[in-house]
Amino acid sequence: MTGRFVRLAETGRAELTIHVDGAPIRALAGDTLMVALLTAGTHLRASEFGDGRRAGFCLMGACQDCWVWTEDGERLRACSTQPVDGMRISTRQPEATWPNLA
Amino acid sequence: MAQPRVIVVGAGPAGTRCAETLVAAGLRPVVIDEGRRDGGQIYRRQPEGFTRPYRALYGTEAGRAAAVHETFDRLKEKIDYRPETLVWNIAGDEVHTVSGTTARSLAFDALILCTGATDRLMPVKGWHLAGAYSLGGAQVALKSQACSIGHRVVFLGSGPLLYLVASQYLKAGATVAAVLDTSPFSLRVGALPKLAAQPGVLWNGLMLALALKRAGVAVHTGVTPLEIEGTPEDGVTGVVFQDIRGRRHQVACDAAALGYHLRPETQLADLARCGFAFDERTRQWLPIRDEDGRSSVPGVYLAGDGAHILGARAAEDAGRLAALAALKDTGLPVDAGELARLRQGMAGYARFAQGLAEAFPWPAEQAARLPDDAIVCRCEAISAGELRRVVRDMDAREANRAKAFSRVGMGRCQGRYCGHAGAEVIAAAAGVPVREVGRLRGQAPVKPLPAAIEEETP
Amino acid sequence: MTAPTTSRVQASDVLIIGGGIMGCSTALFLRQRGVSVTLLETDLVGRQASGTNFGNVRRQGRPLYQLPLANRAIDIWRRMDALLDEDVEYRQRGHIRVCYRDRPEMAERMETYAAEARPAGLDLELISGNALRDRFPFLGPEVLAGSYSAQDGHANPRLVAPAFARAARRAGAAIQENTRVTHAAKVGEDFEVESQDGRVFRAPILLVTAGAWGNQLSAQFGEPVPVTARGPTMSVTEPVPYAIPPSVGVMTPDEVETVYFRQVERGNLVIGGSTRGPAHPELYRSYVMPRNTLSQLRQIQRLAPALRRLNIIRVWTGIEGYLPDSLPVMGPSGRVSGLHYAFGFSGSGFQIGPGVGDVMAELIATGATTTPIDAYTINRFQGDD
Repeated sequence: MTGRFVRLAETGRAELTIHVDGAPIRALAGDTLMVALLTAGTHLRASEFGDGRRAGFCLMGACQDCWVWTEDGERLRACSTQPVDGMRISTRQPEATWPNLA
Repeated sequence: MAQPRVIVVGAGPAGTRCAETLVAAGLRPVVIDEGRRDGGQIYRRQPEGFTRPYRALYGTEAGRAAAVHETFDRLKEKIDYRPETLVWNIAGDEVHTVSGTTARSLAFDALILCTGATDRLMPVKGWHLAGAYSLGGAQVALKSQACSIGHRVVFLGSGPLLYLVASQYLKAGATVAAVLDTSPFSLRVGALPKLAAQPGVLWNGLMLALALKRAGVAVHTGVTPLEIEGTPEDGVTGVVFQDIRGRRHQVACDAAALGYHLRPETQLADLARCGFAFDERTRQWLPIRDEDGRSSVPGVYLAGDGAHILGARAAEDAGRLAALAALKDTGLPVDAGELARLRQGMAGYARFAQGLAEAFPWPAEQAARLPDDAIVCRCEAISAGELRRVVRDMDAREANRAKAFSRVGMGRCQGRYCGHAGAEVIAAAAGVPVREVGRLRGQAPVKPLPAAIEEETP
Repeated sequence: MTAPTTSRVQASDVLIIGGGIMGCSTALFLRQRGVSVTLLETDLVGRQASGTNFGNVRRQGRPLYQLPLANRAIDIWRRMDALLDEDVEYRQRGHIRVCYRDRPEMAERMETYAAEARPAGLDLELISGNALRDRFPFLGPEVLAGSYSAQDGHANPRLVAPAFARAARRAGAAIQENTRVTHAAKVGEDFEVESQDGRVFRAPILLVTAGAWGNQLSAQFGEPVPVTARGPTMSVTEPVPYAIPPSVGVMTPDEVETVYFRQVERGNLVIGGSTRGPAHPELYRSYVMPRNTLSQLRQIQRLAPALRRLNIIRVWTGIEGYLPDSLPVMGPSGRVSGLHYAFGFSGSGFQIGPGVGDVMAELIATGATTTPIDAYTINRFQGDD
């Protein structure tokens, strides 16, 4: 399985490239970041509490399950963010060393 | 005389008709909406550049969706429209908003909350796995992004939306592995007299179920969900359920869409200090409102599914009514005939909603049966067993107390998705009616607030 | 008023009004001394100041004359798990207090305080320059110096008072929640306390541990005190990997700059301080003022700039009782024999709470206490209006 989500229509849109954990993926103009990530992969992040990977839940900004990070540590709610060409996304929480970022 | 400052929160069907009514009365309301585009969730607009026609997106509701969108487009010049803006808290006569990291405060004379609804969820073991989505979320994926949430999708829950989304998926070319409805068909027959209050909607619903069966989709009613199977790494691999005769089934799938009708987004009403009352029929706390949408707090009005789930058609009229109530209360003239007509219409919607609640009941009994290792709170990954432990060992029989001890409802979603089920788990474990468990108090921020937030410098 | 029938009267050696950490810990320690106790709580135990505070188990910064009480408390904190038979998330992970470059005089005050606190049993380490950055790399560039107390720490305030109440109940105390007191008076040798639902409680000793509501009771005995109710401004972030063991706070004379934070093991950062909001004890409600949250977040970024990346997922407040000199009312009544007080801890009662309970139990059971509490006498407000 390459992606979790399956595109059913509207596939003729312009393409753009974003990087996820260092690897390039193709997205379409008008995608949400969540759709871009989940048509190319199977999850968005790991639960902080050891119960496995998460891939979002409500898609309408209510459940807060789909937060990912830019490589700079900025937080993005994937279901309500528009990807931008060249965006660099991390599915791993950047704060493992975060106290050193002061 | 200075015009009253009216703020409408939400740009779905209720917010749009509310703003339209205010503009018609000569006001220029502020309309604050979290969405990038208007329409709300039910009439969510696809992004610019998408080409599917209204009929493909909204089915039988295409005409209504188009009308709401066209109305909003016409209003844009006549309102102070603030998209992608969250009202994160309310204090006194001010709403506090955030857009990006910019904070603003806005004073109001009248605040009309048209905050809409989200899915009402009953946990099932495995619902935290990647590939489990809310039913509304599954619909958003299709409507707004032309995607299916998986390669083989099981629809599990109850309510009219279950059949609607499953049939939309089918029509769009997705693979629907099964539709599993916890409500037995017999209840639908019993509720027919009330459902007949909206014969068109009733007819549409029947046609959807029929179309699914004709297409060869397995549709089961009266099921008991047992587990969403899968692995922490790869997510959902199947759904296990018991049918109405007690037989166990397993359906292979990589996605499950879950929903038991809807619940209103009442956080802002709570932060505005509106009173709530327990609704026995749907087993939930709802903000108190009069027939026109006045809350218990002067100057605060509630309209649409954000106050009480009556559906999108009713939301349009509720938005108009709340606007008329606000106009009247601020001393502006209103058309008594229109007021009477709208009130009369609302009675029919309420009767239909009662029918739906009877036909597709909230499966409270499932909470008591949830296995101890099933997660109740997805945000904090807290199990039913842990919640039961604080009830049993720490005497936590009240919703907020159980939250304080167990963390159920303490996560990022603020209890939106675990609150109702958590209350049922507590009630069953404590042996008290769910009403006595109370409700989770709303706490700001309504959605996560960036710590980098800065007040706008004038 | 008709005389209450015996069946409605519940008698004990001691009656406690107010189920916060002070009342609940006193109840437990009284039971350990063999004294019978009934505790009356309007709502559920530990819900206001005791349950909504920051959770600092901090001795440094307290007045020197309070350190014996704080030390008595820390001995109890260290055996809390065994005492209460549960984990209240007390962690002795240290407490660092820092000052900013634009207030260098604070660094001098830290030095003076450290020198004076050492004989009282509080060891503080003064750190500045590279040593400070090496050990606490999250501190912002405005931070000049710090005072580190290795033996301070933090705990979960949501759990502590209820855990004391359960332990007290197991030890035989009667803990009466949802019991709103409407009237308290001394009738003959006994105190008689009526609840809204008509029950009557009687005891020869009465202890008022009613926080922001303390004055409502002390005034009934002719000892009004100027308690002001305020609500702490609290926030919590999303969980992030656990990396900051100590509590961290700012030492400054400016209340707005006074912010603090700590990380819980699950990963969330709890943030407090900067400003307090209004509280309504008569309504049993308090509200977080949005502008206070914004002020707090602005200040916390000066203390630890990396926090600006995080999301705040919840804010809360509670009802705290403040006295004009920021000291509690603690000790025997100046007018009525058998009456005792321990309330109005002015936003800094959590750490000393178990010590207060131990002292009050000792005072009630023996008539004296080995820990000095004269500074907190209610008599200091006599003559005030």
